This record gives sequence, C-alpha cells and structure tokens, in this order.
Amino acid sequence: MGLERVDPEPVECDVRTDEILVNMGPQHPSTHGVLRLVLRTDGEVVLEVTPHVGYLHRCAEKIGENLAARQWIPYTDRMDYLAGMNMNLGWALTVEKLLKLEVPERARHLRVLIVELNRIASHLMAAGSFGLDLGSFTPFMYCFREREKILDLFELACGARLTYSYITVGGLMADLPPGWLPKCEAFLKDFEPVIDELHAVLTSNAILIRRSAAVGVLSPEMAIDYGCTGPVLRGSGVAWDLRRHGDPWYTRMYDGYRFEVIAQTAGHYPQDRKYPPVPAVAVLGDSWHRFYVRMLEVVQSMGLVRQALERYGRCPAGIGEPLRLTQKLPKGEVYLETEATKGQMGFMVVSDGSAIPWRVRARSSSFCNLSVLPELCRGCLIGDIPAILGSLDIVLGEIDR
Amino acid sequence: MEFAAILAKLTGQFGPRITGSNAEAIDPWAEVAPEALAEVCGFLRDEPELRFNFLHCISGVDYLHTDPKKKVDWQPHLEVMYHLSSMVHGHRLVLKVVLPRWRDNVQGQLPEVPTVSGVWKTANWHEREVYDLSGVFFRGHPDLRRILCPEDWAGHPLRKDYVMPLEYHGIRGR
Repeated sequence: MGLERVDPEPVECDVRTDEILVNMGPQHPSTHGVLRLVLRTDGEVVLEVTPHVGYLHRCAEKIGENLAARQWIPYTDRMDYLAGMNMNLGWALTVEKLLKLEVPERARHLRVLIVELNRIASHLMAAGSFGLDLGSFTPFMYCFREREKILDLFELACGARLTYSYITVGGLMADLPPGWLPKCEAFLKDFEPVIDELHAVLTSNAILIRRSAAVGVLSPEMAIDYGCTGPVLRGSGVAWDLRRHGDPWYTRMYDGYRFEVIAQTAGHYPQDRKYPPVPAVAVLGDSWHRFYVRMLEVVQSMGLVRQALERYGRCPAGIGEPLRLTQKLPKGEVYLETEATKGQMGFMVVSDGSAIPWRVRARSSSFCNLSVLPELCRGCLIGDIPAILGSLDIVLGEIDR
Repeated sequence: MEFAAILAKLTGQFGPRITGSNAEAIDPWAEVAPEALAEVCGFLRDEPELRFNFLHCISGVDYLHTDPKKKVDWQPHLEVMYHLSSMVHGHRLVLKVVLPRWRDNVQGQLPEVPTVSGVWKTANWHEREVYDLSGVFFRGHPDLRRILCPEDWAGHPLRKDYVMPLEYHGIRGR
C-alpha cells in the first residue's frame, strides 16, 4: 500500500469546536467583588482573559482634591475595606512625610500593633476565601470566626468594625481603652492553635494542593515587570518587603522589630519545621505558594503584634494630636509606599501650600496584581481561574478607588 | 546611587533633553522632554549602574487655576510623573514630563507622550488610567482604552476644568 493512496471517503472524526466568549462577572462570587472577566474559550481551555474594572469607581482622587488632608482618611478606609488600618496608615504617613511631622513613640508602637492585627484579619479572609473558591466551605468559617475576634478588638478600640479611620494624620484618634491589652493577649493565645488547624484543613489538604499547585505560575521577572507586590511577589521567591526595603520614613516605624521577610529563597522558607512542607508538585510562583506566603505571614504578624504589645506598654502616654483641618500643608510633592496587606500601597500628595491638597493619588497594589491575570490565565482551564484569582487576593474597592 | 550621581549620568547621556531637576525636593525629580521619554526610560532600566526595574506609579497632575483671584507663579500645564525604583540597587527616582494642557492649544486635542509600556508592563494599565482620568494620549500604547470610567464617558474627570455631567444614560447626576 503506497503512501500516495488517498482515502476515497474521508471520515470526519474530530468534533468541531468554536471559540466562544464567556462573561465571568461582574456578579460572580469568585471574582471577590465586581470584576468582569471576558474569557475567550475553546472548550474548557481559556485562550485569553480580558479584565474589565471600574464598576466600583467612586472618584476618590477627585474627592481628595476638595477635602483637607485629614478629611480624606475615611475615603482610604473604603479602598481596601479588608485592611482599613493599613490604608489609613499609608495616607497618614504620606502627609506626615510632607509635613515632617513626627509621632510619639507610643503612637508608633500602637500603629504597628494595629496594622499587623489587621494584616492577620486580611490574610485570614484571603486564605478562607481561597479555600471557598476551591470548594471547601468549612475553613472559610474557621477563618471568619477568628477574623471576627480581631474585628471585635478593633470595635473596642475605635468603634468601627470595618471602616476605622483610627490611624490619622498626626497620630491616632484615641488611645486604647482600659482592659484592651489583656483581651488582645488572650486572642493571640487562643489563635495560636487555630493556625495549626488551618494548616491541616487548607495547606496540606490534598484537593487544595491538586487545584492550586503548578497553576498560574508567575516568574519573578514577570512579577517585577508587571509591578506585582506583596505576597504575590514574595510567592515568586523575591524577598522584598517594604517594611524592610521601603522608604526610611516608613521603615523606621519597624525599627527594632524582629521579623524575617517571608519568601522562598535558596529552596526554603524562613520557618521552623512546625508548618506543612512544600508539596513536591508545587512550583515556585504558583497559586499554592502565594497562599502559603500569606499563611506564614499570619504567624509573622503575630510575632510583630506581640513585640508591639510589649513596647507599647512601656511607652509614656501621648499618642499625638490629629492634624487641624485648617493646618496649611507645605508646598511640594510627596510619594510614599507602605506594605499593605495586598501589596505596596502608594499615596501621593501634591500641595500648593493650602490646607487642601492640589492633587492626591492612590497607587493600588491590587490594580497592578490584577494586571498580570491575562498572562497567568493564558492556556489554563476555566476551573483554574478562581484558583488564580483567589491566590492574587484582590480587593475591587482598592482597584477602582 | 545618590540622586546627584543619577542625574549626572542622565545629563551625560541625554544632554539638553533632561530639561530640569530639583534635588532639594522631598522626592528629588528630573524633568524629561516628552519626545525623549521612552528612550530615557529604556536607558534607566538597562544601564547596569542604574537598573530601575520597578515602575511604581504613573500619575497625571493638572495645573490650572480656576479661581481668578488667586495669584500663581506658573502657566497652566499638565504634568505626568513616573515613580521608579531599583530593586537591585535600592535607589529611587521621580521623572516628570511637562505637557501643554491641550495639543496645539486646541480644546479637546489631548497632549501626547510616548508610551513606556514596552519598558515596564506596569505602565500598560497605569497609562490607561492616566488617559482616562487626566486626558493624556500615550503614543504607541497597545490598547489605550478607558479603564475606570465607562467606555462612552465624556471628558477627563481629574482635569481641573472638568464639569460633572448632569445626566448619563438617563441617570441624573445631581
């Protein structure tokens, strides 16, 4: 039988598939808010993802041009509403950098205490909803239960559970109420064993590993190119944390604090062997690693909270005076980035010398982290998108501002 | 590297196309001629001693006084600011580009600046945002669409002379 022979009756045996466009969101629960993804799919395979943002745009920057610097604090709360304290801190430090305004020692330690507590709450939410995206409901409730306790502590301190406006330009709005420190210590004591539970139900869970390991691998070069920061960048093995490497105006807040930057460098994480090992199927920079970095940062933040509790207790009274609304800002431009829970949150203030800033700018960490999504999703399965998106841990309030 | 050394390197390479600088500012900045921007940014990223591999933020600032009673010492203009840093060497830099508010002084013609999205991918979405809110056209951008406002929105909200629309698709604005 010669090769040149042509089959007289060709049989079509492959199933024809067409590319279709699928709208994911803006009301899809796994998009963590109002994000619309337009997927171009071929069967189960995603060829292209186009994120559409802006559904939650509230003109925060325009509003900032019409308010005194301290009046913008509540608007920062509503950016990353899962970590309002960190947002308040970013804006407060930026304006203080322009004013060259120092806060008392007690305020410094109280700020560290409160933002690191908020980091735990935010990372718990990220870990819980990551599990929820991948189909496990129970860990989400475990995380929420612990997060509630932190919110209770915040409610005692400032009266609000989500939009705090507690840290303000010039210091803090109020000192901690009597009896707060023992409550916080009790929380830390109760929370310690829960971390092991979470590792048992999430980190070493076979389904979670299968769904997230080697999914959405982000190389360190691409992460830097796209401006990814925070756990997304550190999950790719870049040991970069602004609490260590940032502007001196910010890093001196952490002067004297002991902590290690959580990233896998030279093949291992800076951890004692208490936590589950990295599974063999995981690849550095995948969704599992981004999740794991957050889990380790919860422990890191607990250490920082403990140190801050001790230092705060030793400081004399005085947590600074909130800036007067009529206080004129010096002429100039200042930009400052802080390590918020989702990544590096930057604020800029341009002042023409009056009390109301000429221009305010918020550089959102989630905005840059989301912009890498089309790269991560190219060629993946539709079912992998919630895993990748969940591991990026975005907050739409911060992206859209 | 200190700011003075970075600036010396830049002026050595680009001469008069580095049009100004301020070392006394809290965040020292260098001003670049708009047409040289992409070239300067490529140099900043690739030069071994500089290695500015991280673009933090692009912001548009509109300078236009709407209050005639207030005296100011500048002419109306638009600035685009680029905040860069090097994760390799740990230094920082702010680049500024000064643009007219409208190209050829024709209302509605957006001023142009070359895109840097080929240098840092971060710029892709940030330039879309600056285009959307501040009204700057980034020449050569692969996908210059509005990002935060709806696609059919009129005007650029962070311009100082922007007027809030009274109605949008049947939704009353006031």
